[in-house]
Amino acid sequence: MSANTPQTLFEKLWRQHLVKELPGGVALLAIDRVFLHERTGSIALKSLREAGRAIVDPSRVFCTMDHIVDTLPGRGDDTQMPGGKAFIIETREAARAAGIHLFDVRDPDQGIVHVISPELGIVLPGTTIVCPDSHTCTQGAIGAFAWGIGSTEAEHALATGCLRMNKPKTMRVRFEGKLAAGVTAKDLSLVMISRFGSVGGNGYAVEYAGSAVEALDIEARLTLCNMATEFSAVTGFVAPDDKTFAYLQGRRFVPQASDWDRAVESWRQLRSDDGAVFDVEHVIDVSDLAPMITWGTSPQHAVQVQESVPSQAASGASEEGYARALAYMDIQPGLPLLGLKIDAAFVGSCTNSRVSDLRRAAAVLAGRQVAPGVRAICVPGSMAVKRQAEAEGLDHIFKAAGFEWRESGCSMCFFAGGESFGAHERVVSSTNRNFESRQGPETRTHIASPETVVASAIAGRIADARDLANLPVR
Amino acid sequence: MQPFTQLTAVTAPLIRANIDTDAIIPSREMKTVSKTGLADGLFAGWRYTQIGGREINPEFVLNQPAYAGAQALLGGENFGCGSSREHAVWALAEFGIRAIIAPSFAPIFQSNCVRNGILPVRLGADEVAAIAGWVTANPVGNRVSFDLPQQVVTAATREFRFELASEPKEMLLEGLDAIDLTLKHSAAIASFQRADQTERPWIYDIGGR
Ligand code: SF4
Repeated sequence: MSANTPQTLFEKLWRQHLVKELPGGVALLAIDRVFLHERTGSIALKSLREAGRAIVDPSRVFCTMDHIVDTLPGRGDDTQMPGGKAFIIETREAARAAGIHLFDVRDPDQGIVHVISPELGIVLPGTTIVCPDSHTCTQGAIGAFAWGIGSTEAEHALATGCLRMNKPKTMRVRFEGKLAAGVTAKDLSLVMISRFGSVGGNGYAVEYAGSAVEALDIEARLTLCNMATEFSAVTGFVAPDDKTFAYLQGRRFVPQASDWDRAVESWRQLRSDDGAVFDVEHVIDVSDLAPMITWGTSPQHAVQVQESVPSQAASGASEEGYARALAYMDIQPGLPLLGLKIDAAFVGSCTNSRVSDLRRAAAVLAGRQVAPGVRAICVPGSMAVKRQAEAEGLDHIFKAAGFEWRESGCSMCFFAGGESFGAHERVVSSTNRNFESRQGPETRTHIASPETVVASAIAGRIADARDLANLPVR
Repeated sequence: MQPFTQLTAVTAPLIRANIDTDAIIPSREMKTVSKTGLADGLFAGWRYTQIGGREINPEFVLNQPAYAGAQALLGGENFGCGSSREHAVWALAEFGIRAIIAPSFAPIFQSNCVRNGILPVRLGADEVAAIAGWVTANPVGNRVSFDLPQQVVTAATREFRFELASEPKEMLLEGLDAIDLTLKHSAAIASFQRADQTERPWIYDIGGR
């Protein structure tokens, strides 16, 4: 490839971090940032220490408490997860011994890893950042190469400052057109996965582009990139632009003083050149999209909220998978999603728990009440999000409507062994996974945007926030 | 890490799409900060009749006497999707699983397999179904053979070639520790960093405020 050949953004990110090409098409890639959390990072730190290996550069390693820590008011090290306290204490001790940055339980900057990393300017455009967590791809929204790894690979990154990997293929998904009111980045993710399948991105680094992506604010881009792992992609990312730079400026860990200008100048090169060739390119016209919701147990089982449970043929699922999903979710083909009675509503997770998510949800909720019998919970993604939301009075709207208002963390996005929704309960959730038992043993999760979640909480049934006029006012 | 070369094994069919890592090892079964003590919790939600209990569910394939001692699994599409937890692979390895055949694997899970001596074999859905049919006819007698150097799986008289990149292949064959391999390139890493430090000083100089 000559110097003038148009390059994709991914090619640029790859080349900038290429330490050495090794035999067999493997590359040694430099890793700029490692993030850990108490669920899977603890074991990496422990195992590394037991092997007698040191972390090459602790100043570039960060750790948060988000997965096991409770989100109930007044929380400390005690958690509802049996044995959870030991994870927290061991992680704290290992992090301190290793000299890495730790956002501990009571730290004002504590929060979900993929929420606080951009919020604190830890992930920057053009960085490689890894975390033993599958949703690390979220952070690609900043224009970074960010991906989830296993604990053994995390040890490798900590001990060597590098990872060995085969180069992924490139895909670009262009979302073109203007989103209708009430349609969000979450819906873009679900449309893409339902259209191309939950393995549609397998083997690819996926660049999201097009006029609709350019129009998204940074928080919405984080939502879009979050679910690249549900697409089975290595990662998803968006080229950084002026919005990205404005979002980052002044944050805690961003480049200082004259470095900032130099950095921004170099970040401006981080875009796919005109004429760059991708292995695969998809275009999605967004102008006629509607809010999406899942009906089954894979994120690809998604339809527009006003649609019905599809037939097997239309669903794209195998006969076995389709039957299993229907039985698990207790639904039948042809059943309209709208009006399906729910037991719970959850606003939170690294997908949709940022302040813009809470603002949009609160706009639907204002002056309304959660339906009797529905348990409704809002968990801000970080303590900073929580503070900002409280400064704007959003907490009052949530609480007045009947929502629980929590401390930040992963909370009931996944079942860690402690708190959960009940067996067979139907939950409308702003999270990213509707797998069997994801939010508790035998819970039934429908994933959707925060707007759809709160509209459903008010109605006590799956509802469309665009029908706001028809939602009861207190 | 235990190297992988050849294996002939009782192979249990578990052909469901999207078997996620939480199904392989539920989070509630990861009780301590440890890579061991996980085999008991493998597929806990399916293997036992009650959540958190240990009463055997006789329906589940790995509980059927014919599949006792199974060292290989046949899975559906997108095997190992979901959470990146390596505990899923540690649990499988501790249980005795050495190879998995599926139409596709989630990327993090596949890489975790290779780092823990489990061979991920990617074959077409029809091929996986054909092997499952043969195995099911006589689980004890119809053992599937895996030959990693040749990249071939043999079931009955049929041979199925599979693809695997050379690095994961080498790692499995030799049982290599990737950290040791990489540290051999310390000089290249150091020189990359020296140059990069001038190019992108903000990557290395994290003051924080
Ligand atoms: S919020 Fe949910 S998906 Fe996100 S990191 Fe936490 S557990 Fe994982």
